This record gives sequence, C-alpha cells and structure tokens, in this order.
Amino acid sequence: MKYMLMHYSNEANEADVPPTPEQIAAVSQLMGEVAQSGVLLAAEGVRASSYGARLTVDGEKVTVKDGPFAEAKELIAGFAILDVKSKEEAIEHAKRFAAAVGATQIDIRLVAE
Amino acid sequence: MIPDAGLRRSIDAIWRIESPKVVARLTRLVGDVGTAEDLAQDTFLAALRRWPQSGVPDNPGAWLMATARHLAIDHLRRRDRGAAKLAQVGVSPDRVEVDFDADLDDDVGDDLLGLIFIACHPVLSPEARAALTLRLLGGLRTDEIARAYLISEATAAQRIVRAKRTLAATQVRFELPDAAARRERLPSVLEVVYLIYNEGYAASSGDDWMRAELCHEAMRLGRVLASLLPDEPEVHGLLALMELQASRLRARTASDGTPVLLLDQDRGRWDQLLIRRGLAALERAEELGGSLGPYALQAGIAACHARATTAEATDWGRIAALYDALSQVAPSPVVEVNRAVALGMAFGPEAGLALADELVEVPELRSYHLLPAVRGDLLARAGRHLEARDEFLRAAELTRNARERQVMLDRARQAAADAERPDTSR
Repeated sequence: MKYMLMHYSNEANEADVPPTPEQIAAVSQLMGEVAQSGVLLAAEGVRASSYGARLTVDGEKVTVKDGPFAEAKELIAGFAILDVKSKEEAIEHAKRFAAAVGATQIDIRLVAE
Repeated sequence: MIPDAGLRRSIDAIWRIESPKVVARLTRLVGDVGTAEDLAQDTFLAALRRWPQSGVPDNPGAWLMATARHLAIDHLRRRDRGAAKLAQVGVSPDRVEVDFDADLDDDVGDDLLGLIFIACHPVLSPEARAALTLRLLGGLRTDEIARAYLISEATAAQRIVRAKRTLAATQVRFELPDAAARRERLPSVLEVVYLIYNEGYAASSGDDWMRAELCHEAMRLGRVLASLLPDEPEVHGLLALMELQASRLRARTASDGTPVLLLDQDRGRWDQLLIRRGLAALERAEELGGSLGPYALQAGIAACHARATTAEATDWGRIAALYDALSQVAPSPVVEVNRAVALGMAFGPEAGLALADELVEVPELRSYHLLPAVRGDLLARAGRHLEARDEFLRAAELTRNARERQVMLDRARQAAADAERPDTSR
C-alpha cells in the first residue's frame, strides 16, 4: 500500500532560508537509507509559498492570490510517497524523516489505488 | 511486560524495516544463515521485553544492531574459544568491548548483498529460494508466505527449514562475491525476484491480499538490488519490467472481475508514477550498455505500450524489432508466439501468419491455447473466416479458463457469421 508523507513548513522555510550543511547531510543520509530499503517511490521538497500561488473558488468566483498566503505551520514543505506493507511502517519512516528535517508535523495519508 | 497492541504493531513495523540488515550483519558475523536467523529472533525478543519498559529507543535500528552484535559475540565465544575467531569481531579474549558505531554505517550494503546471494543460492530449488528470500529479505512471517503461495503454514515453514538445512549441508557461508562471481550468480537472484513478481501478478481480484502484495515485495527487492548494484544493467532492466507491468494493474480487471486485455484497457487508469520510474530504470539499463539483456528487452516492449497514449498509437514496428532481438537472446516458443502477434500488428496479418503457421509444428506449443487464439485472430483479419473459426474452436478446447473459453467461442461464432457475408466469405 502506498502512503504519502507530507511534512509541514516553518518560519525559516517560508523565509526561504537555505538548509544548513548539517541538515542537507542528514536528509541525504536518510534518503539514501530509505531508497536502499526499496520503499521510496517519490520525494520532493517544496519551496517557500512566496514562489507559488493559492487558488480559491467561491461559487462562480475564482480568485488567485500570489504567495505568501498562510502561516508557515499550515503549509507543506515537501512530500514523499512510500510503498510499504502497513500504516505503522509508514509512521516509522515518518518518525525518522521528522528527525532528519526537523519537522514538527508530518501527515501520513493512504494513497488511493 | 507485554506490549499493548499499538506498541506491538510499532515494534513489528520497526522489525520489518530493520530485520534484513540485522540478519545480514549476523550472517556475516557467524557465517551461516540458520544460526543468524535464530540470533535475530533472540534480538527481536529482547526488544519485545525491553521496549515496553524503556520506551522505543530514538534510534531503534542502532539498538537492534548493537544487541544482535552482543548476542553474536556471546554465541561465537561459546562456540569457539579460539582467539582467532574473536579477533574477527574485534574482541580481545579477556573482555567484551563493543564499539557500537564502528561498523554500523559502512558495509550494510555489502551485508545485504551477501545475504541476498545466500538466499538465492542456486543449490536451492526456485521455490525454496523464493521462500527464504521473502523471509530473510522481505521480513515476511511464515503465515504471510503461506497465504501468498496458497500453501499451509506448515508447508511454508518446512520449505524454509529445509532450505536452511540444505545450505548448512552444502556449507554455504557468507561471502562477498567478487565481480566475476557476482556476474555468474546474479541471474539466479534476478530469476527469484521475477518468480516472486509473477506469482503476485497471477493473483486475481478474489485472492488473499498477500498474493498481490508479492508484486510489491518483488519490486522493493528490485529497488534494493538497484541501489546495491547500480552498475548492473539487467538489475535496472528487471526493475523497469516489473514497474512498467505493474503500472497496468489497476486497469486489468473490469468492475465485475473480468480480465481486460491490454489493448482494451482504460489508459487513464495506468499508474503514471510507476511508468515514469520504469522508463527511468530502462534508460539506466540502456546507458549501462544493457539494452540487449532479456529483461531490458522485455521492459522495452512494456515501455512501447506505456508510451502509447492510445492503443492505436502503439509503435508495433519497434515491438516487433524488440521481439526479434529477444528471440535471439532468450528464445522460447512463447516469445515466438508474441513475435507473431507483433509482426501481424506491424506489417499486416500475412506477416504474422508466416511465423504463426510455422509454430503449429512446435511440440511445446501443441497444447498452448494462445497459439490457435493468435492464429485465429490473424486469419480473421486476413479475411479467412472459416479457418479462423476452426482455430478459435481449437483454442476454446485447449484453454482451462472458463472465461477465456467463452471469449473464444464468441469469436468462433463471429467468424462463422463473417464467413456467411457474401463480400467477406472465403
């Protein structure tokens, strides 16, 4: 079963502060381990919301607002898709991921098949 | 202290992630896989006893590896008091000194590779290899293996026990094969992975979930191999083949459970992520000069389908060329039947029939129902309806699948009707 892990942003990420060499090394190490375990299907980081936009639909009215558009802790900063045997496995990977990127929140969602 | 259900599930998940590395390291330390698995079980039990009290450690993998190492050293001390053996694990005979970090990070890949080569050793039968691989590298429990293969748990357990016994009897020890030995042993490994995959691919929608899960286990193993052996083109070729075929899993059954042929499938249901990954793996195989490997060629054929946004857009000329290469590199009667189909699609039914007619003489294909099915289809497209009808009836006779039989009988009826029409009858 596939799970999507989405980790949430923080002030530094929203301010477009680049990751430290230690952070880069920690993530790189973790990604290598996860890839070697065979469960990683996809993973991407997502830039500060100032680079993007938000689209809202209210009845017939469609509004587009350039970023930044929300508080850091409400925005995702990246995702990964894992092919694992159980939700608990996805959770274990999420714990390691949180430690490596310093995330305070990760959502773990079952991918529709 | 017995862990509660939630904690137990977490520990199981952690073990599922970490056990291959633990078993691999233990096998390297003690030399034989049977002892290694026993020590691994002890390690797991130690976690089950300790963690409910102390909490799950921040780095559970490191805890498990260190505990396993302790157990291995104890075992080696008991088994062989010689200083030489202890020196191998960096221990002086006087006191046990374990540097937890020394070998934790390096050689994990080598450990896994050594274990894979043991589990897939050619001295074992293919089913024994599959069961052992799923257990040691997939972390599957015996009951899960049993459900996947539709055998009893006792049979599955026996298969694994016998496999370990055979390995012990033939003195198969942990070793890191050099490049030449690897090249020689790799086909056996790839064969096991693809066997597991096909077992899962054959699962139908009513089957136990564990059966279909075998496809995913095989793909995970394929990805592990790709990370351990990044320069082996057929490893990437096999991974490409598996991911490209798996991309169609969601589209191959209709809502009522009937199978849907590839050319009739709703391509909107094909998994684009798996297609992207499969095409990337194929490209890696080709970059490594492996485009003529059997797995890479089959992946190339699957890629032709994956790239076509509609059935009509399929590059049949390329598929025919790939089957041509496959028939030289890894010939088999079934490859020839598929080649006839491709020729018929690329160059017209007469081209397909030129080959299919020859295949009628091949002994191995005498009871292969797809040959008359293919001939029937080619004959119908060539306007030879009465002959087509005869072939479809023959295919209906040969197939053991009730749905297939019905499809063949329907086609026979259609061919007979087409034979009656004045403008098409021959």
